[in-house]
Amino acid sequence: MNVSLMSLEIAVVLLGIIVLVADLWLPAERKRALGYAAALALTFLLVGSFTSHCSCALVGQSAFGGMFVQDALSVFFKRFFLLAAVLVLILAVEFSDKIAAGISEYYSLIIFALAGMLFAASSNDFAILFVSIELITITFYVLTSFTRGKVASLESGVKYLILGALSSAFMIYGIALVWGTTGKFNFTELSMVAEKFVDNKVFLFGVLFILVGLGFKIAAFPFQMWTPDVYQGAPTPTTAFLAVGSKAAGFVLLLRLLFTAIPSVTVHWEKLLIVMSAITILYGNLCALPQRNLKRLLGYSSIAHAGYLLLGIAALNHAGQSAVLYYLAGYLFTTLAAFGVIALVLRHLDSEDVSGLAGLNQRSPLLATTMTLAMVSLGGIPPLAGFFGKFLMLKAVIERGTTNPGYYCLAFTALVGVVISLYYYFGVIRAIYWSKETPDLSPITLSGPMKISVAVCVAGMFYLGLFPGAVLTAATRAANALGY
Amino acid sequence: MTTLTLILLLPLLAAIALMFVPRNFAVIMRAAAVGVTFVTMLLAVLMFWQFNGAVADANGYKFVSTIPGLGAESLGIACKLGVDGLNVGLVLMGAIVAFAAACCSFEIKSREKEFYILLLTMTGGILGAFMSLDLFFFYFFHELALVPTFIMIGVWGRDVAATPSSLKPGGGDGGVAATKTKNYATFQITLYLSIGALLALIGLIALYLQLPADSRTFDIPKLTKYFTEHTMAASAQMFIFPLLLLGFGILVSLWPFHSWAALGYGCAPSATAMLHAGVLKKFGLYGLIRIAIPFCPEVAQLHLQLIAWLALGNVLYVGWVAMRQKNLNLLIGNSSVAHMGMIFLGIASLNLIGVTGAVVIMVAHGFLAALFFGLNGYIYSQTGTLEMSELGGLAKKLRFIGVAFVMAAMAGCGLPGFLNFVGEVSVFFGAWQVPALRTVTVLAVWGALIIGAVYMLRAVRAVMHADLPERWTTVSDANQWRKLPYALLIASLLVFGFFPRLLTGKIQPVTEQIVNMATAKGNSVASDVAASAALTASDLTVGASASAPEAGALPSVSVAATKSE
Repeated sequence: MNVSLMSLEIAVVLLGIIVLVADLWLPAERKRALGYAAALALTFLLVGSFTSHCSCALVGQSAFGGMFVQDALSVFFKRFFLLAAVLVLILAVEFSDKIAAGISEYYSLIIFALAGMLFAASSNDFAILFVSIELITITFYVLTSFTRGKVASLESGVKYLILGALSSAFMIYGIALVWGTTGKFNFTELSMVAEKFVDNKVFLFGVLFILVGLGFKIAAFPFQMWTPDVYQGAPTPTTAFLAVGSKAAGFVLLLRLLFTAIPSVTVHWEKLLIVMSAITILYGNLCALPQRNLKRLLGYSSIAHAGYLLLGIAALNHAGQSAVLYYLAGYLFTTLAAFGVIALVLRHLDSEDVSGLAGLNQRSPLLATTMTLAMVSLGGIPPLAGFFGKFLMLKAVIERGTTNPGYYCLAFTALVGVVISLYYYFGVIRAIYWSKETPDLSPITLSGPMKISVAVCVAGMFYLGLFPGAVLTAATRAANALGY
Repeated sequence: MTTLTLILLLPLLAAIALMFVPRNFAVIMRAAAVGVTFVTMLLAVLMFWQFNGAVADANGYKFVSTIPGLGAESLGIACKLGVDGLNVGLVLMGAIVAFAAACCSFEIKSREKEFYILLLTMTGGILGAFMSLDLFFFYFFHELALVPTFIMIGVWGRDVAATPSSLKPGGGDGGVAATKTKNYATFQITLYLSIGALLALIGLIALYLQLPADSRTFDIPKLTKYFTEHTMAASAQMFIFPLLLLGFGILVSLWPFHSWAALGYGCAPSATAMLHAGVLKKFGLYGLIRIAIPFCPEVAQLHLQLIAWLALGNVLYVGWVAMRQKNLNLLIGNSSVAHMGMIFLGIASLNLIGVTGAVVIMVAHGFLAALFFGLNGYIYSQTGTLEMSELGGLAKKLRFIGVAFVMAAMAGCGLPGFLNFVGEVSVFFGAWQVPALRTVTVLAVWGALIIGAVYMLRAVRAVMHADLPERWTTVSDANQWRKLPYALLIASLLVFGFFPRLLTGKIQPVTEQIVNMATAKGNSVASDVAASAALTASDLTVGASASAPEAGALPSVSVAATKSE
């Protein structure tokens, strides 16, 4: 047993417990600041992950008989999740006045969800895959319904609970079927025997059921039903973490499953992945068009982005896999920037209607600029992160066009999706700058940490759009670790 | 820091710097924008002046420089800048128009900070797109310039009393209410241009993937070299060229994808219309000449007839639409679309004279469109309307503006002495040499001469002549500073109109190379492709090759242009 390999995860879980315990002694008025302390601790761990003292430096090792692996892919995602959690915690502090009671529990639940994501990044076994997924999902059941006074929040919690439980049931059933046919839990071992089972219907059903469970996490068609309602009802920091962390965890598991565990099956599922990706893109973008509620709009747009991310998986090549990682990195900064603005601007309004952004450029030029940049980046326009991500996706897909013309169709579907999305993204920008009635012109003040967090998001969007070299190298190295 | 890096970075850095200036200092914003574009223009003039003496690299590009750090080495993306005869004129024109546009932005009275930031970003993007020697950044900078265009039209644009149906020749009422045209135009231009750009992007990526996996690059000189030595597979060309043609065609408002243009320019603030109609729109044409045709020569040959007929659609159909306009800005917008037809015709001729002429019109039309939209902006700032039925007799009060307007109209009709004449004559000579294009050429000449003259002269009569309505007696002419941008643009048209060799001398070697690349291969392989595509390209190839020996004819054309004045 190689426990030191899990020191990062252990540290995060300990941090969550410390936050819970500290809640017992801290006076009520200082509990709010606990979030900053937790964010600072996670920042410390994030910075530490770049040094040789962290378990992230032990690349190539595995623990628990190969259940838990540390490779370039897991390290990439661990840094990703840590950064996301830091930004979400800062957002949660900003949002804390909307949470009636138990703010410390809210922080610690975010940290526990983070622990689940960190485990997901390293999972190389169905057992740990399921445990980490459940750790993420169950904490999110609570996080989504945390504003207990709001019916919408409770509704979203119930919806997430029922559909989440259903998808977990599918997943565990699938895992049972795979284990029953192959006798393997470990991905590496499974990959050696999977070839023999490509015609075994029971095995294939098992894999399909696991994909249902992961499809639910990433909100891909046809498992996207919950997304808009949950995004709309949940407290904004939860939504942000759900959009970034939970989705990315789903993708890292999907990558591991498809390309490490069952590559010999995956190559036969080209068509399935193409169709799934195309429908997800079109569904998300078309449904986002008429939305007026900002969070609901971003919920549908998050479905669309799941579709763009699936492009990279459907491409079934290295370029596609590294594009997924790059795209997620850009998506992190962009989405957190957008939800940060939403949380700050709309928290005092009853509805989260797009019109609530009216006059934002006079209330807070910084937030207006940030929101504009986030929308432009989500739309995939240079010089921001979203453009380079989409560029990599398109490149990966077109590269495969010579082998299967279906990929050209997929590229054009993505193009149609991007053009549709520009309409509603620019609709948001329009609401900021050129709406006639501006009911509220009170300036919005930002706390110091929030300013830093917004600045990090904006800098990240520009950095990934203009200087893609470093992150692209990391993404390529991580994709190579899949061994596909 | 070489000249080109400075030309690119100055406006962009200035845009970033302006973000930190408090918004009360509107005068500083304006001064900074005008000052920075002025310096950029001086640098561009200097670069143009030194061009002949500068040392060319192995691929014939001058002032080549790379901005380190930008891009991704592992994908073969680097921000490499350089000019040759093809784009040196465009960069100069872009810089002059950018300065003129900054000068003409006095009409902006609200949110100056955002406006000038966007204007400078757009300027940087435009110049970057034309200087870039890397396909990725070529596209990147174009998109960078597009977003400000959309936002500027949406925020500072004006509603014109037009309906989408009035953009058809029949004119008409109803449809979208006049007050909403700005929103309609903004979304139309956003969606239309995004589709065009994305189609082109798919084509460019497909082009990149044609190279073997270990030597893939977006570097244009390397790509040119590769495609000179290796012929792209016919099936790949059949996929890539139509994509590029369609994508670039939409961006240049090739008929029938032109409907975004007139309304978009009609609603745009003057500076935006000047920069987009004048400079940014030439991106698609530049892409066709620089990339699509030389890299996909065989399939390009098959599409020349199609391009020529679509170009005729621009000249005749959109010209006819322009005749029916009641709003001055929409008229000019449509006329600018019609002029694109001439450029496409020059490209379709695919011989030295025709393509060189096309490049000359690209430069000339940039000055002309900027001049027109700038003048319209001045008239609008004085009268608050551009409906021709409400205007009239303005030349009595606006002496300078009136003269400038008439000169612009004459340049638009192709009067000798202006650069437009040089380009148009070259295009017609070039196109006439291709037997298969003669019908189109004849129709285009008549269309350009008659239709163009009709709507231009009608505009002059309606706006400048006749009686001055009572309500306009208080309008005042441009003061000395306001005159500067118009004078500069007219001077540019005249200087190059009298001395076209300044331009053609630089353009000609490059177009010769491109035409050779496109036709040499086209001759050898076109017959196979034609057979497989069941199209007879023989007429085209004969026409194109027949024109090659007459390469020397060009200087005499320019001389004729000068003499006839």
